[in-house]
Amino acid sequence: MATVTRTRPPTSTRPTPPDRRRRATIAGARRRLGILYASPMALLVVVLFVIPLVLMVWMSFNHWPLLGASAPNGVENYSALQDPLFLRAIVFTLKYTAVTTVVLGLVAFGLALLVQESRPGVGVYRTALFLPSVVGLASTSLLFYGLFNTEASPLNELVRFLGLGSVDWLGSTDNALASTVGMITWRFAGFYMLILMTGLQSIDPMLYEAARADGANRWQILWRVTLPLLRPTLALTMVLSLTGSLLAFDQFFILTGGRHETATVVISVYREAFLSQDLGRAAAVSVAILAVLILVNGAQLRLLRRGGR
Amino acid sequence: MSRARTAGFHVTGSALAVLFLLPMLWTLYSSVNSRRAAGGEPGWGVDNYERLADYGSGVGTYLLNTVVVAVVAVVVTVVTTTLGGYALARLRFPGHNLLFLVTLAILMVPYTTILVPLYILLGWIGLQNSLIGLGLVLAMFQLPFGLFMMRSSFEALPRELEEAALIDGCTPGSALWRVLLRGVLPGIVTVGLFSFLAAWNEFVAPLIFLTDGSKFTLPVALFNLQSGSLGSVDFEALQAGVVTSALPCVVVFLLLQRHYVRGFTSGALKG
Repeated sequence: MATVTRTRPPTSTRPTPPDRRRRATIAGARRRLGILYASPMALLVVVLFVIPLVLMVWMSFNHWPLLGASAPNGVENYSALQDPLFLRAIVFTLKYTAVTTVVLGLVAFGLALLVQESRPGVGVYRTALFLPSVVGLASTSLLFYGLFNTEASPLNELVRFLGLGSVDWLGSTDNALASTVGMITWRFAGFYMLILMTGLQSIDPMLYEAARADGANRWQILWRVTLPLLRPTLALTMVLSLTGSLLAFDQFFILTGGRHETATVVISVYREAFLSQDLGRAAAVSVAILAVLILVNGAQLRLLRRGGR
Repeated sequence: MSRARTAGFHVTGSALAVLFLLPMLWTLYSSVNSRRAAGGEPGWGVDNYERLADYGSGVGTYLLNTVVVAVVAVVVTVVTTTLGGYALARLRFPGHNLLFLVTLAILMVPYTTILVPLYILLGWIGLQNSLIGLGLVLAMFQLPFGLFMMRSSFEALPRELEEAALIDGCTPGSALWRVLLRGVLPGIVTVGLFSFLAAWNEFVAPLIFLTDGSKFTLPVALFNLQSGSLGSVDFEALQAGVVTSALPCVVVFLLLQRHYVRGFTSGALKG
């Protein structure tokens, strides 16, 4: 008995009954404190996110006018998905998303390659290229609305200088699409550049040296070393760009007001809710968009995770 | 060879920098130098800003509304995610995993789709057409980024810091905060900055939630200036408005650039 107590390390004798009780009350206090500290956030999440989400599904099965009483009407609202105007909005949004993602991705990648190395002066270029990204999308659209429609703007001066006459930048579906993609590229290229730059900088420089030592040229290094290793970052920028473009609203709402068949999916939800004043149909379309985007995001996140391995 | 490449880098870099800055510089310039800026004669003047000041309920009102929304959004985001981030990083409590997952799920749900039910819900709780209600909604959309950022900020602090404070007689709720808050201050600035930029620039949510013209935020008021006047848009006043709306963001960003870039490198964007 005496030998056993002697061989025991002194620390293991410490959790005596009163001490254990004290530790338990500390754990209890921490648990209560955790609940207390987390509750403001939990309240915000439940009231402004979980409840609206449930409400959205409920509304989609009701006749729900903007003003007046609502009443259940089954799946009638989901006929909004077959509305030819809505189908046209889907086609236009997909076209816009495809063009934007490719153009924006290429420009941002080029910029990221340019400014990834730290060398004198590079900070100024990074800041200048990123600066459009801090201006709001609505302000950007209003800025470009002036740029497109003012005779004396640098854009129109340039076009005249090149002898192209005057261009109606927003006058047709194709013109409006091209002009908007140009504007979005200006606005977001710096943002994606920064994300891609972070990815490029995390690639071990030793790998480049090894490739060069093996006699690889710059193209081979780009295709065989940089791009495969950048895959998780590229997937992330894809997720952000696809989601952002599929939900495009501000740019077309301000530049064209959705005219010339440039109404996006979200613009048609807005019209359904606040011009047709039918919130039930708007909710039905929202539920459909949500379902599609969860599928798209889920697929892309799987891609992202596989790339990260 | 290397010198030629350096020269090429600077030529490309400055050409692109000019291209990216030109639209903003042109807008700034033509808002203060044009015929309508200087009372009919070509030259410098602030007439555009004076017409903007008199537009609708006055640009002062719109600026104030935007400030109120941004302050509510920033304060609510920072307070809730700092407390929540600490709770999730250091205090085990029932449901902490669920809370984290549901908060991150906000990222998965495209936010424009829940604006319609939010509009109804805000009506139920008396916050429709309210700047406070709008600020709260915008704060909610910032929670995933903010929580992720603050949780990793607290996790990055050495536990010894907390233990030392406890041994010195602090309770987890009191002076501990003074020790820990200093440690996570950079994270707080980053979260506040992202929240400010998002709230200041938000367009769809105020467009839907605010029905009373005197409560409009700056982007919505400028949109009305552009679309409300049939036929003849006052482009010069609009440019003055774009400058008024963009300048605070540019200044805040240039001052806090370091903290903005942290939002990218911390991996918080990857959610």
